[in-house]
Amino acid sequence: MLAKRIIPCLDVKDGQVVKGVKFLELQKAGDPVESASEYDRQGGDELVFLDITASHEKRKIMIDVVRRTASTIFIPLTVGGGIKTVGDIRALLNAGADKVSINTAAIENPDIISESSKLFGSQCIVTAIDAKKVSNEKWEIFTHGGRNRTGIDAVKWAKKAVKLGSGEILLTSMDADGTKKGYDIALTKAISESVNVPVIASGGAGNVEHMYEVLTKGKADAVLAASIFHYKEYTVKKVKQELRKLGVNVRI
Amino acid sequence: MKKYIAVVDFGMGNLLSASKALDSVGGNAVVTESRRLIEDASAVVLPGVGAFSDAMKNLKKLRLVDTLRAAAASGKPFLGICIGLQLLYSKSEENGSWEGLDIIPGRVVRFPEEKGLKVPQIGWNNVYKTKPCPLFNGVKDGSFFYFVHSYYGIPDKRGDIAATTEYGVKFASAIGRDNVSAVQFHPEKSQKAGLTILSNFVKMVKQ
Repeated sequence: MLAKRIIPCLDVKDGQVVKGVKFLELQKAGDPVESASEYDRQGGDELVFLDITASHEKRKIMIDVVRRTASTIFIPLTVGGGIKTVGDIRALLNAGADKVSINTAAIENPDIISESSKLFGSQCIVTAIDAKKVSNEKWEIFTHGGRNRTGIDAVKWAKKAVKLGSGEILLTSMDADGTKKGYDIALTKAISESVNVPVIASGGAGNVEHMYEVLTKGKADAVLAASIFHYKEYTVKKVKQELRKLGVNVRI
Repeated sequence: MKKYIAVVDFGMGNLLSASKALDSVGGNAVVTESRRLIEDASAVVLPGVGAFSDAMKNLKKLRLVDTLRAAAASGKPFLGICIGLQLLYSKSEENGSWEGLDIIPGRVVRFPEEKGLKVPQIGWNNVYKTKPCPLFNGVKDGSFFYFVHSYYGIPDKRGDIAATTEYGVKFASAIGRDNVSAVQFHPEKSQKAGLTILSNFVKMVKQ
């Protein structure tokens, strides 16, 4: 039976992990490759690198990080953040990324989804959706870290992204993100039930119960989490053991 | 010349992980599209992701169809991965009807349209052995491997099935006949269990 996936996410800036990964045993605390290896050892099912590098010149550093990671660990790696062109996608895939996640660029130019999925295959094109509740059971897409309201309905956009060739949806609730009070269950369920590709839920993970809720009631296929792993509140292994006790099929 | 494994580069996705994973278990991987290098290799790996029709088109363009058939017939270890498994079959129903390499008789079909069944299958699923296969030496039955695919193959002969997996249907997740074996999952993305498979393959090359 297909297992639910637990996916740690690392924010990377100028080639260094930010939000302080505090793995004391590691030689270079800020090295993304070291952190990736640690999550691999803990049993992470995939990894996501979110590149938050601001300067365009320094974005090349990420290519090197991806290449070193892909040569070291053998689980799937997704890279997102700042991807604007098909050329950006090609460079990351050639460096060893298995998937890329496209956010703002896809909203500004939806053709990037169809073009890149035709060139590289749907399986490696993830559309990242940042959604915020605007009224009861209604969510809209926001860009630029939640500052810009686009007026686009989240469910409609998810359907369109899949139709254009996206093989997966990475869904972040802007309301829940950073609160550690749980994922947005209603949003996740609404999106998951309206598309026929896997949905990764993101934003709001504070404990294992939250993950359980979104994987069952929210119908998510995978959960993404950052801070609960970074600050060593949980290891990936511990999360999986607890989820399994609750009856969730996970890979241990 | 030193023994090497030809990892066939036919424009279907990045092959860095596959070659690095083979290297990490003692294989000497050479990523190549050269017919001569494939002919001279001690073993051949046919990896890749993407659409069946594109894959066959690329193989024809590179004039690799006969080279790969000859490699499979030569008795040297041959491993197909993901689209590399599907290409071994006679034909595929992916967006039309396409002829494959026809090394293992059979056809490739899409997962059924079923409520709640997400296609592509993405993630880790259990693989159950159905016959003894040296690739799976030391791999616990039911181990998890990483899959990404919308289509799966049905071999004409049940005896060609080496392992099965359930996703809406029970399908052949590994096949094998003589020196030719293939897996629908990605061993190069399946952590320890995947590296064990690749290590077993490398051992066959060294024998």
